[in-house]
Parts: sequence; C-alpha cells; structure tokens
Amino acid sequence: MTWHIEIDKHQCMASGMCAGIAPELFALDDDHARPLSPDVPPDERALDAADSCPAMAITVTDGEQVVGPRP
Amino acid sequence: MTAADIEPLTYPFNEAIGLGISETYEQAQVTDGLIRVRMAYGEPAWLVTRYADARLVLGDRRFSRAEAVHRDAPRQGELRQDAGILSMDPPDHTRLRTLVAKAFTVHQVEKLRPAVKELAERLLDELEAAGPPADLVEDYALPIPVAVICRLLGVPTEDRPQFRVWSDAALSTSSLTAEESEANREKLRAYMGQLIAHHRVEPQDDLMTALIEARDVGDRLSELELVDLCVGLLVAGHETTATQIPNFVYTLLEHPGELARLRADLSLIPTAVEELMRFVPLGSGAGFPRYATEDIEVGGTLVRAGEPVLVAVGAANRDALRFSEPGRLDIARQGNQHLGFGHGVHHCLGAPLARLELQEALRALITRFPGLRLAGDIEWKTQMLVRGPRSMPVGW
Repeated sequence: MTWHIEIDKHQCMASGMCAGIAPELFALDDDHARPLSPDVPPDERALDAADSCPAMAITVTDGEQVVGPRP
Repeated sequence: MTAADIEPLTYPFNEAIGLGISETYEQAQVTDGLIRVRMAYGEPAWLVTRYADARLVLGDRRFSRAEAVHRDAPRQGELRQDAGILSMDPPDHTRLRTLVAKAFTVHQVEKLRPAVKELAERLLDELEAAGPPADLVEDYALPIPVAVICRLLGVPTEDRPQFRVWSDAALSTSSLTAEESEANREKLRAYMGQLIAHHRVEPQDDLMTALIEARDVGDRLSELELVDLCVGLLVAGHETTATQIPNFVYTLLEHPGELARLRADLSLIPTAVEELMRFVPLGSGAGFPRYATEDIEVGGTLVRAGEPVLVAVGAANRDALRFSEPGRLDIARQGNQHLGFGHGVHHCLGAPLARLELQEALRALITRFPGLRLAGDIEWKTQMLVRGPRSMPVGW
C-alpha cells in the first residue's frame, strides 16, 4: 500500500509547518514546501502535517480515497 | 570564536515605547556570524538577525523549544516561562496542535468574515454616535478580536474586563515578580477551569467543548494541557491582533502617501496587511529561545549543542538580503514572505484569523473616516512582550 502526497503550490504559504513536523517527508524551498517523495508508505506524520497546515495545502490520498487532512 | 570569548550585549535593543527598530540590528546583519546577547534573566544566548538564519532556526527540528523549560533560559521577566504548547516540540506539540489546527485554517476562518465585517461596522456606528475623540484601542481594536475568540472558544465576552487584567499580566515582562506572575497564571487557570466545568455539564457548539471531548473521550490531552491550551488561545487570540490594529493605523498615519494609496485602491488591503506585518517590529526583542540539540552552523557561527538561540523576527523582516528597500513601507509589496507570524511548527496558529481581522478592521476604519487622525498623545504599553498603544485617541 502506498500513499500519495500532494502540495498545492498556490495554497502553500511556506509556514514551514510540514517540514517542521515531518522532516522525513517534507522539505521547504524558498517559496513553498514539497514532499521529499510523492509516494510513501502509510505514515501518520503525513496526516499530522496535512491536519496542521494553516493553508490546507497538503492532500494525502490512498488510491482514490483522501485520507488527509482528516475530517 | 566560541561563546565564552564574547562579551554579550544587553538585550533587547528596541525602545519599549514606539515602534522603532534599533540600528544595532542592521550592524549585526552585515557582520559575519551571530552576536551574543544577555537578557535581564537567564543565560546569555546567540542572536539571529538575518532572514535565512531565522528560517533555519525556527524551522529546523534540531532546535528545541522544550529544552528551554529545563534551562535557565534567557528571558525578560523573573519567572521561568512554561509557555504551554509554545514550549513543546513534536511529537507532543503535534498532538496538541492537530487538536486545534482545523478551527483556524484559511478555509474555516473565512466563514467568519461577514460577522467580523458587521462587528467592525457596528463599532464604528457607535464611535460616530458618541462623536470624537475615541480611544482606538478600547473602543475598536480590542472589541473585535475579543468578540471573535470568545465566540470561537466559548468564553463569555462580558468577562473581558476580568480576563483582560490577567491576560495583560501574562504578557508582561519585567513589571511582575515571579510570585506575582505565578499568582496571575493560577487565576487565569482557575477562571478557565470554571468555564471548562460549566461546558462539561452543558456542551456548546464551540472549540472548548471539542477540546473537552478530545480529553474525556479521546484521552488525547491531560486536564492541565486542556486548561492551558484554552488559556493560551484566549490570550494569544486577542492581545496580538488588538495591539496590531492600532500599530497598523499609527504606521499608516506616519506614511500618509501609503494611506492615500490604500484608500484609493482598497484591493490592496491584503498586501497592505502583509506589508504592515513585515514592517512593524511588534516585540521589543526576541523571546522564546530555541536550544540546539546538536552542533549546527548558523550564519557563520558554530552553535554548540545545548546553547540557546534567540531569533529577532522584526530584524529578519528588514533584512536587505531578502527584501528590497526593507526600510520602506510598500503596501503593494510582492513576494512578501515575512516572518511576522513566525515560522516552522510554532507558526502562529491564528494567522489566518488575525489576517482576516486586521484586513476587515483596517478596511472598515479607513473607509468610514477619510479624515482619521491622532487626537492626542498615545499612551504606550511598557514592559510587555508586544509593543503598541495602550490608548490611542483618534478624531475624524
């Protein structure tokens, strides 16, 4: 099973939240963040980052299903 | 050069009164390495003044906030700070942050815009009815964020005079002894404890009720964490915005050209708020030191594991390496990735809400009163973590 992480660059405000919470999964460039790898094994920290992003810019999907941010 | 070789400078640099920024920062920015500073209490620290260094220290997990709780951390007041969620590192910090993050996302907060607009207009109606002069702080800047955070959290707005005193004291620096600060903190906790008990009996549609459920049903936080989180939301949720509204108005009145430009094109309100967030150095100095958990090079200085680093956000926001003409207020500035809301895991939880409140407060005020002006002497707060007017008489 693999999760897919996507960051909406137009939404992202480079708060540094995701790279701070889960540096294993996210990195921050000058203007926005990016997933280190778009496809990762299921990892709770990806959901934490998606939940905590102030811009709601992170989406985590498991196949067709959105798993993060959690409802 | 190691920490021990350098005689630290007395910190903070900025005057407590007004919104100026010390020239010492500019000198530090063009000097190799970090500088050493000493605050009224606690051990000496490295001070970061450049933008890139600030983002590194605030954003990198190798710098810890939690470590400050166990150390004689640099601080302005006698009492050692345990700033709740602001004194935690992931994963503890993440556990609490994710409980409240959803309530403050851009999407969620945007729903509050019509109510904030209406509130601002209603307050201006009252000002007009009473006639000038008015106190911009008491009559306009405070009621807006107080009403919003009280409604969101589930605190009775009419308790404002009561919690205002404690909230003020919670953000005060050297004016209180450790005992006084401690007593004040306990009063705030007792007050919030009562509200929580009340919410337990009668659940409401608010954040406090949601957090109580996270504790009682989900066991996701302790009782003390619950109380301190609510206290933190109440204090942080109004004081900073209530301070920045008059700060922004003051700054615009000092820059009449930019104010006229804004009045002529209200679509500039969002970029104006970002620029004012960058331009206004809110704090008299950096606070909330980060401790290096391993040796890390920052801006040409090797910070050793266990050493504290302070980040001067107000100075980083004026770094010429990042912002062109940093000392100029340009309300249409593009690419304005300022650090006014902080950076990293402690990036201001309420940033989207603060933005919205600042935008609507400013828009309503400058639209209603084309002749807005100072109508007397500003009384400035002193000895507070945030700088700004305590009262600001205005006419129109």
